[in-house]
Amino acid sequence: MESLNTKRKNDLILIAGLILAAMLVSAILFFTRQTGGKVAVIQDGKQIAEYGLNKNQSITIPAPNGGENTFIIADGTVKMTDANCPDKLCVHQPEISYNGQTIVCLPHKLVLKIISEENPEVDVTV
Amino acid sequence: MRKYNTKKLASLAICIAIAMILSYLESLLPLSFTVPGIKIGLANIAIIFILYKFGWKEAAVVSLLRILWLAVLFGNGMTLIYSICGAVLSLTGMALLKKFNLLSEIGVSVTGGVLHNVGQIVAAMLLLDTAQIAYYLPVLILSGTGAGIVIGVIASILINRIHVT
Repeated sequence: MESLNTKRKNDLILIAGLILAAMLVSAILFFTRQTGGKVAVIQDGKQIAEYGLNKNQSITIPAPNGGENTFIIADGTVKMTDANCPDKLCVHQPEISYNGQTIVCLPHKLVLKIISEENPEVDVTV
Repeated sequence: MRKYNTKKLASLAICIAIAMILSYLESLLPLSFTVPGIKIGLANIAIIFILYKFGWKEAAVVSLLRILWLAVLFGNGMTLIYSICGAVLSLTGMALLKKFNLLSEIGVSVTGGVLHNVGQIVAAMLLLDTAQIAYYLPVLILSGTGAGIVIGVIASILINRIHVT
């Protein structure tokens, strides 16, 4: 049986380790990010559309279960502006503009993902 | 023959009820931050309590029943999958760490909180076929750690003060 003090110390090591890991992952994501060229609309794992980020517009995507999501493209960034899901988590997510960034709407199985202009197929998983 | 332990059964039933109420209370709090999956995990207080007072099997049963009943009462099929993935990973991690006995209740709770979030993210990755949700990982690790500390402190106080015979 380890003493309480030893355990507390181990707790601190664990917590410090987790914070470090989070910072490391953030740093990697931050330094490897690239401004994207397009936004892909992925529904239920399949890409159903993509739009260029250089044209400002508002797009509404219907979901098979009667859901609806509206997002806008403005000055190279994408933001979910409206959804009729109960929790509206996607609407509260920050705007995205870098490669690989996503906005996710779990109830409607919808993902908006920034992809690069050059090779769009590289980010589409099967 | 193993005797049917009515008292234990009643205690565990109360714990399920408490865990469900805690989950419900948490759903009332306006805590929908920017990232899906962030939760305080109040119900984990009850789960950790059972883990220490009874054992991992009892904790697993209570955790599973809590999720199923919540899904029946409030949720839908999609959230059920995420909840189960989070709970299974979280409980496995906590049970193993408790067995090795290297951490206090707080460390166990932190592990549970982080693994719960990671489990939900992994479920989302598989269901939505999008590896890029890993972007949320840093936030979820941090929030899981913070919430885990709070929950762990509360749980350790309860474990020390409440005596279950």
